[in-house]
Amino acid sequence: MQTVQRSPLLPRLLRVRPGGLAPIIALLAVLLILVAVRQSDFFAPPSLMSFLGRSAPIILLAAGQYFVIVSGEFDLSVGALVTAQVVVAARLIDSEPARTWPVVVLLLGFGALVGLVNGVITTRLRVPSFITTLGMLLILLGAVYLWSDGAPKGGLSDEFRRFGRWAFEDVPVLGRVPYALIVLLAFAALAVLVARSDFGRTLIAVGDNPRTAELSGVRVWRHRSIAFVLSGVAAAVAAILIGGYSGVSFQAGAGLEFGAITAVVLGGVALGGGRGSVVGAMLGALTLELLFALMNFYGVSGALRSTVQGAIILLAVAVSAPRSSSR
Amino acid sequence: MSDPRPVPLLALRGIGKSFLGVRVLDGVDLDVAPGEVHAVVGENGAGKSTLMKIISGVYVPDGGTIDFAGEPRAFRGPRDAQRAGIGMIHQEFTLLPERTVAENVHLGHEPVRRGLVDRRQMLHRTRQVLASIGESALPADARVGRLGVAQQQVVEIAKALALDARLLIMDEPTAALADHEVELLYGLVRRLQQQGIGLLYVSHRLTEVFDLSDRITVLKDGRRMTTVHTADTTADDLVRHMVGRELSSYYPDRAGPEDLGPVRLTVRGGGNRKLRDVDLELRAGEVLGVGGLQGSGRSALARAVFGAAPFTTGEVTLDGVPVRLRSPRAAMRAGVAYVTEDRKGEGIVARQSVLDNALLASRAAVAARSGRVARTARIRELLAAVRVRSAGDDQEIRFLSGGNQQKVVLARWLMLNPRILLFDEPTRGIDVGAKSAIHDLVRRLARDGAAVLMISSELPELLGMSDRILVMRDGRIAGELPAGATEKDVVALAVGSVEAVA
Repeated sequence: MQTVQRSPLLPRLLRVRPGGLAPIIALLAVLLILVAVRQSDFFAPPSLMSFLGRSAPIILLAAGQYFVIVSGEFDLSVGALVTAQVVVAARLIDSEPARTWPVVVLLLGFGALVGLVNGVITTRLRVPSFITTLGMLLILLGAVYLWSDGAPKGGLSDEFRRFGRWAFEDVPVLGRVPYALIVLLAFAALAVLVARSDFGRTLIAVGDNPRTAELSGVRVWRHRSIAFVLSGVAAAVAAILIGGYSGVSFQAGAGLEFGAITAVVLGGVALGGGRGSVVGAMLGALTLELLFALMNFYGVSGALRSTVQGAIILLAVAVSAPRSSSR
Repeated sequence: MSDPRPVPLLALRGIGKSFLGVRVLDGVDLDVAPGEVHAVVGENGAGKSTLMKIISGVYVPDGGTIDFAGEPRAFRGPRDAQRAGIGMIHQEFTLLPERTVAENVHLGHEPVRRGLVDRRQMLHRTRQVLASIGESALPADARVGRLGVAQQQVVEIAKALALDARLLIMDEPTAALADHEVELLYGLVRRLQQQGIGLLYVSHRLTEVFDLSDRITVLKDGRRMTTVHTADTTADDLVRHMVGRELSSYYPDRAGPEDLGPVRLTVRGGGNRKLRDVDLELRAGEVLGVGGLQGSGRSALARAVFGAAPFTTGEVTLDGVPVRLRSPRAAMRAGVAYVTEDRKGEGIVARQSVLDNALLASRAAVAARSGRVARTARIRELLAAVRVRSAGDDQEIRFLSGGNQQKVVLARWLMLNPRILLFDEPTRGIDVGAKSAIHDLVRRLARDGAAVLMISSELPELLGMSDRILVMRDGRIAGELPAGATEKDVVALAVGSVEAVA
């Protein structure tokens, strides 16, 4: 029977191209105005640069998480992965500068491997990714505790820490440009390229309708597994920045997975997949960080962070729910 | 039609029903007497299911009256109809596999004693019901999941009888049964009949209908064509009533002998879970139609060739070379394309743009050797060539009409220059104008040298488009018909009345 394919008029008018960038840019603009009203020196180059540098890890994680979520899955393991990476790096480097680069390469490989395991278990063994990556989270944390007997050992070399900590000094106009910001820009550009490639476009199709994708020749399991690998690599890069910036602790990556998921959802990516853009996800992360900064300026307790994240996720999903039912 | 029996159990008069302005039932009359087996037959889409859903309270009719046991009724829902004494035995069973027979039979109306479920009473009553239909051998305390399909069907029936059903509706009851189990069902039906229970028996299979029924009503296009006493009719008569419409629409010219090229695809002894002993040959330049009832294995055949549910036995050759197509990807790379029947579920990615939908297969399976710009230019040409009408390439495909969606899907495959095209119900849910555009496209592709296999439930389309027709039944190819075949020939092969009459 022929069904009428149009969605009702009202939502169509209220909605500015679902999955598009307009809402998140508008939200970002509002927050920027609020910040300007309260704390105009935030926009002075030194504090702005430092804010962007600090936000780099969550933006990277959001980019990684985007690929997983848009393909219709979840990656809850990235926070634990960051923690594990930081602790492992400290123990392996053990304050020895010469070990810096080998360990960086190892961390990237480790992140990719964890992502691959997540992906293969989810797609080949058909374990829901929510469970797969939750299991991975627990395994990573447990293993890291066990391996380090309850307290982080060793230490990071200065060479390792410079990625998250140092900056190019005396840059014209901007002043101090953190290395982290350069790393972020490089990987963000890479993420955009991947998202626009054939792989990136078919990945969204997989999230929209895996049956159609499969019958059009897409190897759905392979695409989703690669998405998890990308998320794992993003976690490795984030871990390198975080280790440099805030040092070694078991709390290094705590809660980052929810931060990343909140950011992605805020950026207009549909939970369940099939809609969204990687730029939106990264802007979502930036917006989230700005929101936290704003809360800080207005003297709102930092303890409310997780409450705010939870509210954003619920709100975003509730707002997008009618869309997904209109398929 | 006169009815010798004085008080019918069920009497429908002038039942009508429309969905979204489409009339699916129009002035249908139907009587069922106590102890009568009344068969309802008709093609796919004739309105049988809708009629049964009205009788069992799922749908409210737009017009007409329902009298049950001599009283006028207006059921407000399935429970209402159940309480009145109408039981529906669905094609897919609605049992809970982890519960016992007795628990399933009493589901939702468990006997209660002192606030708790009275298990002994439940078992006792279940055994009584089973004994009354001669099925005492079925253990009332067995888990339903461990029973065979035939026994589960008995549980379904017992469930209806436990609610004092006086009319049972059986929708394709033998569809899920093995041959020897069908005999058991026959016995059960006769025992139900002896108890004075009326049965409405919906089936495609004329053999059963003739074996079991007292009277037969034929539906076609939502109208009752006739109601006959089974003893006074023949399978031939029935089939004539089931089809009997004139071929008026226009179809493009068929292939002449000069259009036929070499054999592109052969299947020898192909089989899998849903198919047996399939032999076929498909030539470049021809449109091979595949007819048959729903579930006869038509789609399974296309899926087997396409590698989505591959053949497990037999041999396939493409252009004379033996191949094993184990995945859609492999089939695509070998030059096979498959336009699915379920456009929404398997054909489009609904929330992506027209362009993304059209490029899906090329992006997945072909390296963009010629460059992305050239590829985009080519898909734009193809979208224009198949005359897709949209607000632009970046419009989400779900906002397009069914016909335009189908054209986008077609463009997706044409990008790969397929040599073999499999169409599964290519014009289902598509308006008349787009329909003939798709017919023209299909024929043009064949003329350009593609080998086309086209599945269709719509007989005029099947007859109008095909150069040859294969008719499937029960996972086999029941027979082949030449271009000039009639609707009657196709239906006769599809329902198996050729053997039934012989």
